[in-house]
Order: sequence, then C-alpha cells, then structure tokens
Amino acid sequence: MDVGIVGYGVYLPKYRIKVEEIARVWGDNAENIKKSLIIHEKTVPSLDEDTATIAVECARNAINHSQIDPQNIGAIYVGSESHPYIVKSTATIVAAATSAAPDLTAADYEFACKAGTAAIQATMGLVKSKMIRYGLAIGADTSQGKPGDILEYTASSGGGAYLIGRENLIAKILDTYSYTTDTPDFWRRENQEFPSHGSRFTGQPAYFKHVIAAAKGIMKRNDLTSDDFDYIVLHQPNGKFPLKVAKILDFDKEKIEKGLITPYIGNTYSGATLLGLAQILDEAVAGEKILAVSYGSGAGSDAFIIEVTEENEKKRNKKPLKDYINQKEYLDYALYAKFKGKIKGVNLERP
Amino acid sequence: MSKGVAVHWRLIPQRYNLIGTECKGCGQKFFPPRQLCPNCRRSGNITEITFSGEGKIYSYTLIHVPSEGLGFMKPYAIGIIRLDEGPLLTAQIVDCKPEDLAIGKRVNSVFRKVIVDGDSGIIRYGYKFKLTE
Repeated sequence: MDVGIVGYGVYLPKYRIKVEEIARVWGDNAENIKKSLIIHEKTVPSLDEDTATIAVECARNAINHSQIDPQNIGAIYVGSESHPYIVKSTATIVAAATSAAPDLTAADYEFACKAGTAAIQATMGLVKSKMIRYGLAIGADTSQGKPGDILEYTASSGGGAYLIGRENLIAKILDTYSYTTDTPDFWRRENQEFPSHGSRFTGQPAYFKHVIAAAKGIMKRNDLTSDDFDYIVLHQPNGKFPLKVAKILDFDKEKIEKGLITPYIGNTYSGATLLGLAQILDEAVAGEKILAVSYGSGAGSDAFIIEVTEENEKKRNKKPLKDYINQKEYLDYALYAKFKGKIKGVNLERP
Repeated sequence: MSKGVAVHWRLIPQRYNLIGTECKGCGQKFFPPRQLCPNCRRSGNITEITFSGEGKIYSYTLIHVPSEGLGFMKPYAIGIIRLDEGPLLTAQIVDCKPEDLAIGKRVNSVFRKVIVDGDSGIIRYGYKFKLTE
C-alpha cells in the first residue's frame, strides 16, 4: 500500500533583514559572513506572528492544495522549538483554525530542527496502519538567535505543512529511516530566552555525522546510489553545510541547489527541510526521485525517499514558495530588534 | 490573567474561521452571526456559513493613540472591510505602510495574534486582513 503526500503548503513572513545590516551593528565583516555561511538575508516575523499563526497559514495552504475535507484529517502534529505556550498545544489552535477539529488526535513535537519530519513519520504510521485517513504534519518556527551571536545571521521564521494519506498522492514516500544519538551540540534550558551551542562542535560530530549517516543508511537499505536521485534536500542551518554534504555523498551540485533556500530566507529551523522540499515539489515532474534528510540538534536525522507522481503536475500548488520568497520588505536593525522583542524595558505592550 | 477567557473561547469559530450566518429565506448573510433574520423574522431560515475572507477596503483609519495591549503596533490601520459575500466587518489591516492603503483595494484575511493577556495570560488569535498582492 502506498503512503505519501496528498498536498503541501508553505508560509514565510514578509519582513527581511540583510546580513550587512546585522554586521553593521555588531562590527562584523559582512562579506566574510556571507561567504563563510552562504547567507544573504533572513525572514523576520511580524509583531503579531508566532509559530501558531505560521503553522495555521501553511496548514490552510496544504488543505487548499490537497482539496480534501479537513474533517477527514485524523491527526495534526506541529513540530517546533518555539511553540507559543509551554503548556497548551499549538496543534489545537491549528485544528480549530483549519476546521479539522474535533474528531482527531493532536500534539506538539519537539526535536530542535527535525520536529516537523518526525511529525511526518508519525502520521505515515497512522495512515499506513489505517488508523486515520489523513494526517497533517507541520514544521514551523520563529527561531531565536542571541544578539551578537553568529546564529543571529541565520535564525529566521517560516513553516511547511504536509498532508499525508493513501489516495491521490502527489508524491509517494517510499521509505523513511532515522539516525539518532545523544549529542549536546545545541540546546535551550527551561526559562532561557536564547539557545546555546557548541560552536564548531555543531559541525562534524553533529550535523555532518547524522545527516550523512541517515542518507547513507536509507540508500543502502534500498540499494540506491546518488545516481538514482534527481534531487537531494537537506536541513540547511546555513547555505554552506548542505553543499558540503552533497559533495561528500557524491551528488552533483545541481541536485542540491534546487532546494537550497536558506541563503535567501535564513534557517527556518523546523521549517527548513520541509520548505526546501516544497521548493522542489513546486516544479517536480512525475517519476523524479528526491532524497530528503532533516537534522535536529541533540541529535538526529530523518531521511525520506520520495517519488513524484503525475498528480503533482495535474495539481500544481497555487501558492508556491517562490511567491513568498519574492514578497518582501526590509527592516533596519532597530525595527528588527523591536519586532523580535529584543529591546528591554519597553513601556508599551505588544500583541 | 483569566478575564474573558470564556468569551474568547465562545467566539473562536468567528474569530478563527469567519463563520457567520445566512438566511436561506432572503439570502442575506450576517457577520457577526445573527440567530434571527431582521427581514424575514419568524419565517427566516438561518444556517451557518464560512466566509471566504476575500473583500475590499470600504473605509479605514490610522490609529496613533493605541488601545491597551497594542502600543507596539502604532500607528496601525483599522479598516471596515466589505466581504465579497456582502457583510461589513471591522478589522486591523497589517503588513502594509499607511501610504499603501486606499478605499477599494482588495484584501484577504490572515490568521494573527490579536491581543495577548500580559505575560501569563492567554494569546487571543483571530482574523486580520492584508492587502492582496
């Protein structure tokens, strides 16, 4: 029995800040940062946007794309590391705002940047076992970067939603495989406003080890090589890491470039792999194969083998990611700091 | 803070999904929803309807002296929106500069935080509108 993607939706906030503007404030060399991280600008959420509003917008786009009745959704899982409440599920808000409630199960997931792909795996299981007809898996974030930290250049906002089902698939998910270890490369403790990270430790023993192991593991299990895939999309904390992994895995540069969007929107954390995949699906044709591998600090990777069907060409997404990437308005650092709530002691209330 | 939590909860269908009512007798649509048709009265037939969220700016104003809880947003635009299905409603118009606004411009609904009850209260989500690109 096939299981796969029935529809998908994306959302990016309208506002952007350029690397040059952040570097101007902290006295960094913008050209060096742009070159070393391969990043030009990042998204910034509006004053009244959070993970729940982003999750709702991309969920509505996914339901519109799939053309299903939301009352047939049996599970909604929202993966994020910036849920608006510590106690009260974001998924309940999404369920109400998509008219999917109340006959369904819902929960929030957390696994740094891979909570969204973990949500896809859970819905795949429920769909395949016929416990539910459709499952909605979302990865959305309004990520935080400490002012002056290197992460501030990339930590951005956005989300992707995927409706998983058995019928009318725009893409089949042929297999999924995960690789998980206890690796403290990036974390945020209770009551801490910003995450901490192990600097260079986030590279080799963390991102590279897990992404490569998951990619190799799923290819070996299915007896496939890089030549069998038309695209590869990876978690993209910056523009540089995925290019390096693609080279190590022997994928041509063209196969990774299509879904590499972080240079233009920043690292959308739980949204990153899902948005990169959407960028590929927006134009992919029947028969094309995609290797998608997420990464979540702490640490783990989820790998997926995806095959595009004719349905994707018949039912093109009317709200493609490129439209959201192109609709933008730049902020200076002062407004960015206000939007992100980084100014202390303000005598005004924010929504 | 827990003041008005029940009121917000009761209004979630309207605030999240623009659910109003329609009189099947005369065809008039209502938002916020009415339980009795003012035209047909006892012979009216009221049913639920979900509005598309598409419409036009009927009128608007810029708020420079903000309501409680909205200080960060000033100046902000409040518009009267004529929904394509007919009813007028009042809502904030977001993600635009004041000079971009004009009567007659097309807008569509978006899902946003409307107000937050301090540091520990609930977050009230609901509809706002943005200019249709």
